Amino acid sequence: MNKQLVRLAVASMVLLTALVVATTYWQSWAVAGLTDRQDNAIQQVAQLSIARGAIVGANGTTKFAVNKKKRVAGQTFYTRRYPQAGLLAQVVGYSTSGGTRTGLEQSLNDYLTGANTNLSNAFQSTLDRLGGGTVHGNRVDLTIRPVAQRIALRDLAGRCGAVVAMNPQTGAIYVMASSPTYDQNLISQPNGYAKILKIRGQCGDASALVNNATAGLYTPGSTFKLVTTAAALDTGTYTPNSRFYDPGYCVEYGKKVYNSSAPDSPSAHETFGNVNLSQALQHSINAVYCKIGMHLGAKTILDYAKRFGFYSTPPLETPSSERGPSGLYAYVNGRQRLYWPKDFNAVDAGRLAFGQERMEATPLQMLLVAATIANGGVVPRPYLVQRIVGPDGSVVSSTRPQTLGRAIKEQTAQEETQMMVSVVQGGTGGAAAIPGVQVAGKTGTAETSQNHVYNAWFVAFAPADNPRVAVAVVVEKQPNGFGGSIAAPIAKDVMEALLGG
Amino acid sequence: MGFASVYMSLKAQLSSGSLGYAVFFFGLYLVAHVVARFAVPQADPYLLPIAGLLTAVGLTEIYRLGPRDAFRQGFWIVIGVAVFAVALFALRRDYRALEAYKYLWGIGAIVLLFLPLVPGFGEQINGARLWVHVGSLQFQPGELGKIALIVFLAAYLREKREVLAQGRLKDWGPLLVIWGGAMLVLFATDDLGSALLYYGIFLGMLYVATARLAFVAGALGLFLVGAVAVYQGTPHVRDRVLNWIHPWTTHKIYCPTSGGLAFRQDCQSYQEVQSLYSIAHGGFGGTGLGSGTFTTATGHQVIPDLNTDFIYSALAQELGLVGAAALLLVYMGFTLRGFRIALAASDGFSKLLAAGLSFGFALQTFVIVGGILRVIPLTGITLPFVSYGGSSIVSNFLVVAGLMLVSHRANREPT
Repeated sequence: MNKQLVRLAVASMVLLTALVVATTYWQSWAVAGLTDRQDNAIQQVAQLSIARGAIVGANGTTKFAVNKKKRVAGQTFYTRRYPQAGLLAQVVGYSTSGGTRTGLEQSLNDYLTGANTNLSNAFQSTLDRLGGGTVHGNRVDLTIRPVAQRIALRDLAGRCGAVVAMNPQTGAIYVMASSPTYDQNLISQPNGYAKILKIRGQCGDASALVNNATAGLYTPGSTFKLVTTAAALDTGTYTPNSRFYDPGYCVEYGKKVYNSSAPDSPSAHETFGNVNLSQALQHSINAVYCKIGMHLGAKTILDYAKRFGFYSTPPLETPSSERGPSGLYAYVNGRQRLYWPKDFNAVDAGRLAFGQERMEATPLQMLLVAATIANGGVVPRPYLVQRIVGPDGSVVSSTRPQTLGRAIKEQTAQEETQMMVSVVQGGTGGAAAIPGVQVAGKTGTAETSQNHVYNAWFVAFAPADNPRVAVAVVVEKQPNGFGGSIAAPIAKDVMEALLGG
Repeated sequence: MGFASVYMSLKAQLSSGSLGYAVFFFGLYLVAHVVARFAVPQADPYLLPIAGLLTAVGLTEIYRLGPRDAFRQGFWIVIGVAVFAVALFALRRDYRALEAYKYLWGIGAIVLLFLPLVPGFGEQINGARLWVHVGSLQFQPGELGKIALIVFLAAYLREKREVLAQGRLKDWGPLLVIWGGAMLVLFATDDLGSALLYYGIFLGMLYVATARLAFVAGALGLFLVGAVAVYQGTPHVRDRVLNWIHPWTTHKIYCPTSGGLAFRQDCQSYQEVQSLYSIAHGGFGGTGLGSGTFTTATGHQVIPDLNTDFIYSALAQELGLVGAAALLLVYMGFTLRGFRIALAASDGFSKLLAAGLSFGFALQTFVIVGGILRVIPLTGITLPFVSYGGSSIVSNFLVVAGLMLVSHRANREPT
């Protein structure tokens, strides 16, 4: 009988060992998958009992996200509040008690809840938990300058669009405003989400929840001439003094492509006659760029666009689903799809050269173009988070400026800078001029599907000799609204605020 | 013993903050220990401290989940210790007298199992008819029925093991009748967990007695046929199995409790799934005793039956993998001591009795914890010594008493 007893004992041990194995599975391998599930009621409450870290502006005093303490049934819960309602809504995003998160609240959730893998941090939060105390998350210090951010949003008010500004030498984002915006505090209110969905600017289907600066696709129009100019100069095909004759139009596929109409007489098309490349940029002459585009070819232009960051999603701390790449877009099955041409002859290089022809760009991408020229031809890596500070005040991580590689030669960047200065001094961008500061800029007035309704663009940086700020502005669907009249003044306001501060 | 008691009291003190509690239960175990020293001085010295440790862990967690339940549990522990003491004293000379009344035990087991089905006396909780109530006291007679069955099986198999191996129907008769009756009752009460447990004990003891794996295989086959029939016929059991295989659905299905459509994880398998979330939340080190999350922001308890069926998921969250694995090791330790006693025992009845009690203990742990961990379908039975429940506490103290009696005898008269 003893042999059977031993076997039965072994069988019992196998059963109990299976329990140890199963427990190990659920408490280690399965944890990540279970934690993210929407129906995880335990996790929802556990998240509520964590004091999420604050999200703070570059001045250290403007708080974009804080906690509200609440005691329910003997337990302390923390809910999120957004004191700067709507000021940086799409970037900061929101975090609900139901576990839905967007923006930095989503992508930095591990840091904000103190769950990041940093050893001393993990140790501290384990101690907090074991001691029965509250787990405190890390504070996130942004590079955002609240004063300039507020000015940008004020200037956009009532219209749709975006303003992005950065330090071109470091990549630190100073301003990232998207309009229309929404009050994140609405999310936790009854019917709040429905109310947010109802917010519309004057631009139809635009949602307040979308970060136009990183996910909004706009035809770049003449601001794209900066890329074409970079290709023209960098390849050595042209110099700023290359001569052109402008008859007022350019012939493509046997058809005349006209210059844009003069601001003072919308019916007549501008004609400039003999000009050089610098003047062509200064006055944004489509006919000249059309010729350059046909000469360079679509492939060269798109290759240079790629060097500036087109065709890849610019890196940033926000969730990648809230950012998008720029480039040529085609409608496939009713959806906009990015494509790289298989046959470059099928791309209208002349229209591409002045930023039409299915070219779509995010404001952040156009900012990177301006910032690259300002930064001597090297693309700065954009970032929003300056540092992450632990609950004990120690710095958990700190962002060091990085680059995304060289796009153009330094000489090309210098020549282009001078050309952009001329745009503001006596060109289409005069409205961006700041007394005592040399501003380099470029206007853009992109055609939309409606006649005489434009997307107004302006990209700029200043001071031209030692750029400390670069900015990109887009204002959607402006009837007879030009980049120089609508967007340039906003860029000026934002740059002034940033240079003054 | 001393170490275990101190450890136990420390834990109780840590969480409850009530030194009185700790001192009281320390005293209680001291009494139990003295009784055991006096009645069965040669008995295995580990079983009682292990039982003490497990009840202390359970009591601590029950206190943490609801102090009022802890008081009742404490009351039942006192009863359990008293029953333990009485059993030791009554049977200290020769427990093998039990063998003489084997059919009485068999019939007693059936009666105890039938009791919840008596109208006006029994009560249905969570789809299973397991409870009887006398006044305000609820009792699960099946827990005691388990002990009676083990005693019956040990006595009957000891007597008939040679002839059973020959397979004559005449000798199988009483065994099959009693067993068939027991299974019938269990299916009638819709309690698959206990059916699994009792049938498992039967198979284990049959194997030890006859050494014939073919019998075990045949009986297992019969059980599977019965289980499939129950699965087809009983929506309660079918739900349990579906909850086990597909706890999460991507489509909404019919939800009987709300009458509308819902994801399975929000309806039928809600408690299973939330229990897994609870365990996962514990991670490696746990949240710490008293710091676990069991209620929603509005104060509702997330997992129902947290201190009975799901106490393991509460413990696993608060103690983490480290604590849960340690707890399982304690169960292994108890089981191994039990089998050691069975090996050391000199006569067949003692061997079978100790083996049945030990295997039953291990299997019960496996059925409930395995159900929680999705190793097998979840069936609500108690975790020995830890779960809240009077009948469970009392019957498990009887298990300890039985094993100690056997070991006392084995050690007194070495073979």
